[in-house]
Amino acid sequence: MKIKKTYFFPLKAVIVLAIIFSVIAFMSFGFKNDLTITNAKNEIINKDSVESVKAFMDVYKVLMSPRCMNCHPAGDVPLQGDDNHLHNMYPQRGKDGKGIYAMKCSNCHQPTNIEGLNTPPGDPNWHLPPANMKMVFEGRTPRQLAKQLINPKKNGNKTLQKLIEHADDGLVKAGWNPGEGRTVPPLSHEEFKKAWITWIKSGAYAPK
Amino acid sequence: MITLNVNNKNYNVDVDPETPLLWVLRDTLGLAGTKYGCGIAQCGACTVHVNGQAARSCVTRVSSLAGKKVVTIEGLSEKGEHPLQKAWIELDVPQCGYCQGGQIMSAAVLIRENKNPTEKDIDNAMAGNICRCGTYLRIRKAIQLAAEIQRKGG
Repeated sequence: MKIKKTYFFPLKAVIVLAIIFSVIAFMSFGFKNDLTITNAKNEIINKDSVESVKAFMDVYKVLMSPRCMNCHPAGDVPLQGDDNHLHNMYPQRGKDGKGIYAMKCSNCHQPTNIEGLNTPPGDPNWHLPPANMKMVFEGRTPRQLAKQLINPKKNGNKTLQKLIEHADDGLVKAGWNPGEGRTVPPLSHEEFKKAWITWIKSGAYAPK
Repeated sequence: MITLNVNNKNYNVDVDPETPLLWVLRDTLGLAGTKYGCGIAQCGACTVHVNGQAARSCVTRVSSLAGKKVVTIEGLSEKGEHPLQKAWIELDVPQCGYCQGGQIMSAAVLIRENKNPTEKDIDNAMAGNICRCGTYLRIRKAIQLAAEIQRKGG
């Protein structure tokens, strides 16, 4: 008599299930790598492209406002005013971003603001980005700017952690204390910083 | 009381620390070669040197000058023999003269940092100094002459 082998699960079903579990396990491993990145402090950052892009669009509004973009021009002369016209006197960027000869930024821009309408705003470290890394904002689309900001070869060699810290840089914050006669960026510094950190920590996605 | 070093001399001045240097130079120290033009760092007539760098004295608070050396047009050279002063006389640059002290102080930084400036270098460096008489062409020539005098050791 031929004995027919019986299984609790049919062999075919076991094989199919094994394949399915393997695929799921592989995918979950893959997703885990994809879902997490670490910053310089090895903190886990959760990727969320929707949240990240949404936050960046707030960031973009601020970075393209005159108080930020005027010192990130496409050319070698800073911009001025809410209409982004070329700076009076056409001061040149210079190698270090601090001007040239008797036209250095700090010749007129004092460590702090001075009284009076449209007088030179102040900061101890007034400058443009240097000539070898111009970090241009003017004319950049949201996608271009986002990609540029996270590229250490184009962002001043900044890691994600350094980028987060940059939100509290003295010259960045000077944008919210621009002196009489100038508008401030469209978000408060607190709102900007929150959006900036959210953008970075949720994956620093570039909008499409 | 604030101690200022101007043209290698120390002065104790009793002024509000927020006072712009220009007012102290002219009204307190009697150094009237530095001129008031616009009062908001737009014209360059008030240019002096602070630690060797050009500075618009109309917006430079005296409180920021502790321990620093200020040089005005009166202190650029002892006897008016700076190459720029020689060139300015040689080419008879000034017309009304009001802006010329500031022009020379800016040009002094230029030819110290660039011994042989091109016309473009000069235009870029001097764009912040306005001359209502329009002596720009003579200023440019004089800076080139001064650079030449300097190169020859004059």
